[in-house]
Amino acid sequence: MAETQAEKIPVTVLTGYLGAGKTTLLNRILSQPHGKKFAVIVNEFGEIGIDNDLVVGADEEVFEMNNGCICCTVRGDLIRIIDGLLRRKGGFDGIIVETTGLADPAPVAQTFFVDEEVQAKTKLDAVVTVADAKWLSDRLKDAPEAKNQVAFADVILLNKTDLVTGAELDAVEARIRGINPYAKLYRTQKSEIDIAKVLNQGAFDLERVLELEPAFLEEDEHHHHHHEHGEACGPDCGHDHHDHDHDHHHHGLKAVHDEEIQSVSFSTDKPLDPDKFFPWVQNIVQVEGPNILRSKGILSFKDDPDRFVFQGVHMILDGDHQRPWKDDEKRLSRIVFIGRQLKRDLLEEGFLACVA
Amino acid sequence: MVSAPSSLTSKVRPLAFETGIVALAFLDSKVAFVGTDGAVFLIGLEEGATPVAVVVHQGGVLSAASDGKRLVTGGDDGRVMELLSDGSTRELAQQKGRWIDRVALGPDGAVAYSAGKVAHVLQAKGEAKSLEVPSTVGGLAFAPKGLRLAVAHYGGVSLWFPNAAGAKPEVYGWKGSHLGVTFSPDGRFLVTTMQEPALHGWRVVDGAHMRMSGYPSRVKSFAFTADGKWLATSGSGEAILWPFQAKDGPMGKEPAMLAPSPTSRVTVVAPHPKDPVIAIGYEDGMVMMVRISDGAEILLRAPDTDPVTAIAWHGSGGAVAFGTEKGQGGLLAF
Repeated sequence: MAETQAEKIPVTVLTGYLGAGKTTLLNRILSQPHGKKFAVIVNEFGEIGIDNDLVVGADEEVFEMNNGCICCTVRGDLIRIIDGLLRRKGGFDGIIVETTGLADPAPVAQTFFVDEEVQAKTKLDAVVTVADAKWLSDRLKDAPEAKNQVAFADVILLNKTDLVTGAELDAVEARIRGINPYAKLYRTQKSEIDIAKVLNQGAFDLERVLELEPAFLEEDEHHHHHHEHGEACGPDCGHDHHDHDHDHHHHGLKAVHDEEIQSVSFSTDKPLDPDKFFPWVQNIVQVEGPNILRSKGILSFKDDPDRFVFQGVHMILDGDHQRPWKDDEKRLSRIVFIGRQLKRDLLEEGFLACVA
Repeated sequence: MVSAPSSLTSKVRPLAFETGIVALAFLDSKVAFVGTDGAVFLIGLEEGATPVAVVVHQGGVLSAASDGKRLVTGGDDGRVMELLSDGSTRELAQQKGRWIDRVALGPDGAVAYSAGKVAHVLQAKGEAKSLEVPSTVGGLAFAPKGLRLAVAHYGGVSLWFPNAAGAKPEVYGWKGSHLGVTFSPDGRFLVTTMQEPALHGWRVVDGAHMRMSGYPSRVKSFAFTADGKWLATSGSGEAILWPFQAKDGPMGKEPAMLAPSPTSRVTVVAPHPKDPVIAIGYEDGMVMMVRISDGAEILLRAPDTDPVTAIAWHGSGGAVAFGTEKGQGGLLAF
């Protein structure tokens, strides 16, 4: 089993509203000298050609699963295409799925958790969203798809930063942070980015929920944002960030609350009772599943030496024991939901009632 | 499972190929093993024959069908190819830049194939016809008699008479994604495999529904026995056989279960072309031959973790062959 686990092919989902720079990013990923071969699944053969041997056109067919779960939609065409791709073994190192600008990322992501064979041979690595710095604020107002794509993202490229002023850029970033404070965010021009920041993120990998902790821990969004930036644009990123670092200190950049999509997080240092927690979280995702886009948690259960981690997409939850808590580690249980019209009080009350 | 190696196990000719095997078929007195990347390996049934590789597609093979005389394949190179036992190939159709997802063979030399949402029919005489369905074609099957094609898709199956100009296809609806389709040998029933671990069936005459579920995993291999009495299916730890003797098919009946494996799952079922016997392949590489009447088992290949991907019988019933995901194979002539 360990062997087949290691062979799972990573899948990166590229989303972004029309014209944000998805295809440019895609071509950058493909053309950098990484020696890797990718199979690319696209939905529109656009005007900009894609420079790759293995490009497959998809039909973006979203199917409901017959399991009584209304938000369990999958991409039927993806299942078929991946099945076909997997027949040619060793032909490529990764799969990149480019969605249309109007696509909801959830069915794409869910495909990798719902279909047994797809799940056995591939693993969803991350949802990467390219956002247009000039137009995103408008799109967040008039296009629900654009908001979904930001809310769902693990990595966000805030692109075309050269087309806006520093203040406009901060404003749009604050809007993004209001919706999704947990994604890694990079400011880019012409989708220029080190692909190591886009690929092999392990964003859905339970083993690596740990690596997401810094973003997790910070409840204070200003603080969080600042930290995130430090990580996103380290000294090796090659960008000139002096100016906007400067901006931070002056403006005290904040997340702008979004009326529709929010993220909520709760924590407690009291150990949880698994017999209370699991029925609660399962019920929550059943009842609120259509509204919950993503969820994540690191949990400390009573009389359990191991950290329990989970992550979810709508109603689909995936969780496991991760590793023993370290002696010097604070046993804090933390849980995060990103979603639409989340009932913060109800969620918090429910979570805290799981204390053993 | 208690299946001691039999005298037959030692008579199986072991074969090894450069690529994994996705399908196989007997063509006259040869057997064709279809490889993952476009080559087909042809081997004579006689003792000592060696495989000859024929490159049929420039890329992966997505679907294959055979009538015992010819092998028709669809590839991700957009081509529909025919291969004969003498190793000759012929391009039957091409759809540039598309994948040929499914192929099927019908009466009087008819060939059906699909690319995306469109099903096409090629006839020995007469022009090519096509039908667009609401979503990507999941499966194709010709009815046993007459030129009638079942096209499975999301939400059901369309039954289409390609030669009835202007006639709308008849739709047998059922919610969900239908991936494979077959007719019972008498043409009375239509059955699909679904994205969910279940089958759905319809009685053709009145569209009465049959739901066949309870599988732990998706059913990928299914076939009626030659006498039409059973529908054998993969997807569980044993071969599941649904009874189709009665006029309302398996409705309200329990399926028969053959050759259970405590540790593995059935990946391929291949009923004997004449007798009530089924060859069964498992995820762990085991291949069994099982008599339906009493469940008597004969081991043809011992388990070794290499999943069985294809099994076929010679039309006479005089030989059986199997192939695996990692490119192992076996041939047994009785």
